[in-house]
Amino acid sequence: MSTVAETTAKLTPEHDARPSASVRTRLQDLLPKIVLAPSFAATIVFVYGFILWTIYLSFTNSKTFPSYDITGARAYQRLWRWTFESDPPSSWYTSITNMGIFGFLYILICLALGLFLAILLDQKIRGEGVLRPVYLYPMALSFIVTGVAWKWFLDPGLGLEQTLHQWGWTSFHFDWIKNKDFVIYTVVIAGVWQASGFIMAMFLAGLRGIDGEIMKAAQIDGATTFQLYRRIVIPLLRPVFLSAFIVLAHLAIKSYDLVVALTSGGPGGSAWLPSNFMYEFTFKRNEMAVGSASAVIMLMTLTAIIVPYLYSELREKPR
Amino acid sequence: MLRKLLIGTALATSFAFSAHAADVKEVQMLHWWTSGGEAAALNVLKQDLAKEGYAWKDVPVAGGGGDAAMTALKAMVAAGNYPTASQMLGYTVLDYAAAGVMGDLTETAKKEGWDKSVPAALQKFSVYDGKWVAAPVNVHSVNWLWINKAVMDKIGGTEPKTFDDFIALLDKAKAAGVIPLALGGQNWQEATMFDSVVLSTGGPEFYKKAMNDLDEESLKSDTMKKSFDNLAKLVTYVDPNFSGRDWNLATAMVIKGDALVQVMGDWAKGEFHAAKKEPGTDFLCYRFPGTDGSVIYNSDMFGMFNVPDDRKAAQVALATATLSKSFQSAFNVVKGSVPARTDVPDTDFDACGKKGIADLKKANEGGTLFGSLAQGYGAPPAVANAYKDVISKFVHGQIKTSDEAVTELVKAIDDAK
Repeated sequence: MSTVAETTAKLTPEHDARPSASVRTRLQDLLPKIVLAPSFAATIVFVYGFILWTIYLSFTNSKTFPSYDITGARAYQRLWRWTFESDPPSSWYTSITNMGIFGFLYILICLALGLFLAILLDQKIRGEGVLRPVYLYPMALSFIVTGVAWKWFLDPGLGLEQTLHQWGWTSFHFDWIKNKDFVIYTVVIAGVWQASGFIMAMFLAGLRGIDGEIMKAAQIDGATTFQLYRRIVIPLLRPVFLSAFIVLAHLAIKSYDLVVALTSGGPGGSAWLPSNFMYEFTFKRNEMAVGSASAVIMLMTLTAIIVPYLYSELREKPR
Repeated sequence: MLRKLLIGTALATSFAFSAHAADVKEVQMLHWWTSGGEAAALNVLKQDLAKEGYAWKDVPVAGGGGDAAMTALKAMVAAGNYPTASQMLGYTVLDYAAAGVMGDLTETAKKEGWDKSVPAALQKFSVYDGKWVAAPVNVHSVNWLWINKAVMDKIGGTEPKTFDDFIALLDKAKAAGVIPLALGGQNWQEATMFDSVVLSTGGPEFYKKAMNDLDEESLKSDTMKKSFDNLAKLVTYVDPNFSGRDWNLATAMVIKGDALVQVMGDWAKGEFHAAKKEPGTDFLCYRFPGTDGSVIYNSDMFGMFNVPDDRKAAQVALATATLSKSFQSAFNVVKGSVPARTDVPDTDFDACGKKGIADLKKANEGGTLFGSLAQGYGAPPAVANAYKDVISKFVHGQIKTSDEAVTELVKAIDDAK
């Protein structure tokens, strides 16, 4: 709107229609904001507000109930000390090493398996419509269902081992779920089973989006199938890797329920993840300050991994 | 926008409050006794209250278990929306009382004579700062052996009187090809068994010093090391598949005769009853060897909140009905525990219940009634859970020797205090 038009507005009659029109356009401008406002407000309060509140609580001496007197970083000091108590392992040490093992293997295997399955399914095979949902459906189950099902399946007295013994293979031995050193790997197995189909679907969508012309050009240039995938397809799938990584990373961090349902914490608490630690200390042990501090550390760790990754990935994208 | 949202929330909340305030003839109860026998036992209380004209309203808890209920309670209390009463355990009552949200039942207590009839050890959790804040519902005790009688007869065993007898008995079962000890390898079950082991190894004085007073000298003493050695001995008699097993599955092993004995609190009796087994003919209940005469207890309480005056009458009715002799008897016969007052006739109880009542009375008089550390009646939850951590790590091999276990125990408890 020019300044000239505004200065003449009072005098000319056609401007009588303008206020209503401007209300409409203004409303149109505002509408998205109005629609978004409740969820925006809810996010501000319930996500960012509570993040700040948790950070605040971690510096108090809150026990059963929140206390609002800042008493210093004792909770962090305790966590820091526990970080280095490896023999016998402190619960916190177990939690963070498990997080490392679980997070690394879970993300890596899901990505590898998902990509592999997607490539296989992409070979224009018959029955893809049937096979795809078979792999995808585990994602529709909750972690609790997955956990309980795998708990029974992996239990030496009930599941796989027992069945194979009944079939005559009596030397078969698979008791990872009862073993303090291996129980975390059973969590990886169950987690991978659940999520890899979903990752496969993401990669499949990515593969379908690749321009066939590029593939043909590469084939004419004499690229082998391996080279084709190694040099052309996988690099082109980079955005999918980003999405898959983000999805998997947050699933890994929040997989509290899987550990509880599958292992109830494992022998001597050996399957704990930081989320289990947080819940246990905040709600069961009435050590809210320590629980909050561990939650803050989880958030910072996640931020430290995700933010640089997002930054590097999003920056390189062509504008 | 945000402000409007907040005002809206505040309005909605105040509506909720006024709705609650209207129900003065209603008992709002937060509890997690929702399954089978426990729910049936609670029905007795509902009917007692209905006779006096009070309606019963369960406060819904998503998720069912005690943890979920406690989280729900925390939220309700934080919002200033108190239930009439809530099922509570041990130090939780004291925590809430210290936060100043519990009611005062002292008048009712005086009238009903609770001071005399409720064991002094229990009053530690139901009386805060001289005021009655909770009504104990029952007394469980954890130092029990549950034995399959058929298996016992087959191996020719007799009641073990000492820890060495017990080991000999377990050896016999092992020789006969039965799993000697049914244990669920979850930290609270292991720690519950260890409570009994400590009492058996060190005696009542030692148990009190170490597990209730948390005396450091006792915690790192040779007697404690011996207790860990004894625990290690017991663990050699479990089946290889024990880790992570639920307690009722371990009880089922004894019921079915796959295993000889389980060390568990008297709630295990409920499982035997549900399987239509009779004490004396199908199963045996003995005190953990070397602990006869002492009782390690835990107890369910109904914590009474500081509700508005117009709702107090309903609360008093609930508390009175809860500690009435008829309800105490009817409820505890079903629950497997014993009444929380020592003057309830034991006529309706089975042999194990009768022994439990007699033992409680004797322990109360002799000063050998102790809180179970594993069940959260020996020390606050932070300490109790630190203790469970150490026991469980010892059982599962993260802590390798008794010396190391004792050091870790002292460190963990010190840290959690």
